[in-house]
Amino acid sequence: MIVKGGRLIDPASGRDALADIVIAGGRIEGIFPPGKAKGGGGETIDATGLWVLPGLIDMHAHLREPGQEYKEDIASGSAAAAAGGITTVVCMANTDPVNDNPTVTRSIIDRARAVGLARVLPAGAITMGLEGRRLAEMGLMKRSGIVAVSDDGRPVEDASVLRRALEYASTFGLPVILHSEDKSLAGKGVMNEGPLSARLGLPGIPAAAEEAMVCRDLAVARYAKTPVHITHVSTGGALAAIGACKETSLGMTCDVTPHHLLLTEEALSAYDTVFKVNPPLRTEKDRLALIEGIRNGTVDCIATDHAPHAADEKALDFDLAPFGVIGFQTLLPAIMKIHLEHDIPFMRLLACVTTNPARILGIEGGVLFEGARADLVLFDPKAVWTLTEDRVLSKSKNSPFLGWQFTGKVVRTLLEGRTVHVAD
Amino acid sequence: MEWSRKDLVSIAELSAEEILTVLDVSATFKEINRREIKKVPTLRGKTVVLLFYEPSTRTRLSFELAAKRLSADTVALSVSGSSFLKGETIMDAAMNVMAMIPDCIVIRYPYAGLPARLARELSCSVINAGDGAHEHPTQALLDLCSMRERFGRLAGLHVAMVGDIAHSRVARSNVYALKKVGARVSVVAPKTLLPQDISTWGVEVWHEFDPVVKDADVLMMLRVQKERMDEQCFPDEREYAHFYGLDRRRVDMMKPGAVIMHPGPVNRGVEITHEAADGSRSIILNQVENGVAVRMALLYLCLGGSADDR
Repeated sequence: MIVKGGRLIDPASGRDALADIVIAGGRIEGIFPPGKAKGGGGETIDATGLWVLPGLIDMHAHLREPGQEYKEDIASGSAAAAAGGITTVVCMANTDPVNDNPTVTRSIIDRARAVGLARVLPAGAITMGLEGRRLAEMGLMKRSGIVAVSDDGRPVEDASVLRRALEYASTFGLPVILHSEDKSLAGKGVMNEGPLSARLGLPGIPAAAEEAMVCRDLAVARYAKTPVHITHVSTGGALAAIGACKETSLGMTCDVTPHHLLLTEEALSAYDTVFKVNPPLRTEKDRLALIEGIRNGTVDCIATDHAPHAADEKALDFDLAPFGVIGFQTLLPAIMKIHLEHDIPFMRLLACVTTNPARILGIEGGVLFEGARADLVLFDPKAVWTLTEDRVLSKSKNSPFLGWQFTGKVVRTLLEGRTVHVAD
Repeated sequence: MEWSRKDLVSIAELSAEEILTVLDVSATFKEINRREIKKVPTLRGKTVVLLFYEPSTRTRLSFELAAKRLSADTVALSVSGSSFLKGETIMDAAMNVMAMIPDCIVIRYPYAGLPARLARELSCSVINAGDGAHEHPTQALLDLCSMRERFGRLAGLHVAMVGDIAHSRVARSNVYALKKVGARVSVVAPKTLLPQDISTWGVEVWHEFDPVVKDADVLMMLRVQKERMDEQCFPDEREYAHFYGLDRRRVDMMKPGAVIMHPGPVNRGVEITHEAADGSRSIILNQVENGVAVRMALLYLCLGGSADDR
């Protein structure tokens, strides 16, 4: 197979040039100047006018299988990921049953392989049942295929459990992804606390609930001499705390979500539950701080926190509806929007969904060079399109971007040289 | 002025002119309520459904009397919190009510935002009788009605609200309404019972009660919920009453002509003592009387009764 005439953009090598890519056996056999390709029998894909990017890695998603297949399952989630140019998905452990043992891990991986539309790499639970008390079988889960541990959806409230978890996980070389939220401060909050929550009469989640826990988590991690990865950072203060310890050799890292980069709490003024997420959408000041964090490198990754919820659940009152939005199919268009609106180099943004998550997770992928797995995305940077519900491949349609017009569209996705998505 | 709203969801969305229109119309209905025959045919043939998803006696009774005195047919439904959360969603319930073609739904609900959603999605009138910690617009209107009746004006009045501002829909609606009509608003509470961003509200903030007692024209005492004690917003009732309760000592400090209000129900001995609640400065029962007239005015305006029928 040969992908001809596209503009190859690869953050790992810094390469940004027109190239022909020859693929054989699921791997990149060679990268040649345009028209100079050797070998590459079989299909020719014309990528003229398109960008050719490494397949994206989304290090934070919820696929809901096993247990909540009415929201999403591995098949629908993988299809949506492929449509978003995401070839590697890290799925969180808050399934039912919880992925806190190697049997569940194995079943997720087997199911994803049978579906074959995306590489699904589970995160195992840090603690049994995500209850924050006893450590889960991290070592055995790693042997079954987890690439990280996380109690996502919940913080590890007990600091001594956190300390032991960090020490134990690092014994097995497992990255730890933390959802940093002080539950006692967050209380029954459903949106960012501030003048708007006071006006709407909705219980607020103070920025301090996140910032206090991030600071504690970082302090424990420093003491345990292990890195941690803080997921879905939403406040300027939390990001500043992470930035302040970036210089230590331990490598504290973090990710932000597209919805926190593109939306603020103002979206909530009509009580639309689609915008109810945890951590909550914050202020414009916070949003700009996160964007600045991408520019200056404090933010390592952009991850979707893809969290499908059924329409019935989101139809509940704002206080009662579940937290979460879907995000696979809007990840790359969102990145393009940030690139265009905030003048951040596309290469830097692309690193946040390719090389950086690969490095943090210690996995292969996110690169385009000879010998690498042929996971790639063909992206039309000029295509203008509108997200409508019928385009959403997830079972649940709770996207905060429905009706938005985006510039830049995923045209084709290859997973190990196989086409797993072609735009209509 | 022309009234063009089918719904009343919040005071925040009303103009000062609209607020004053409601008060003017209320005055004429108040007169009807004092007649021997307390009934006019204004809303004959209209159906008003009262959906109360939170316990309420006076607000429900007040709305029901208001509708009946305008000759509307009323159905009141009280649903306890636990039963409605199972199975049927609130929107299912609302659509079912809507299918029976009422002209107006009056809704009280434990969570913020539902009346706004119903107003948007239903073709009938929707009147908010209190939603979560968001708003209780008819309470604010009846409070303003009572103040204007007593003082002959609202602009320049100094109104002090005392107590749980943070969780109170009554406080929110009153702050918006009073500011729109040019009153001076003070709030008095410990920081734990104030919204964290109170400085953005454009009101005077006091943590000490006595200086305000001496200066206010209206002391509006808010009900203190026991659950706030469980949330560590204050240590106990004794301490609360000492610092923020209205007792005889404080009543004696009030300006000549100043009045005491309370949206009810009253926690006697906590935010207000019986001497204060039942004394000559109290206009608590006037508030209740005006509540019926204000709700008649709103039903009349939102359901588009003609001026001749009045």
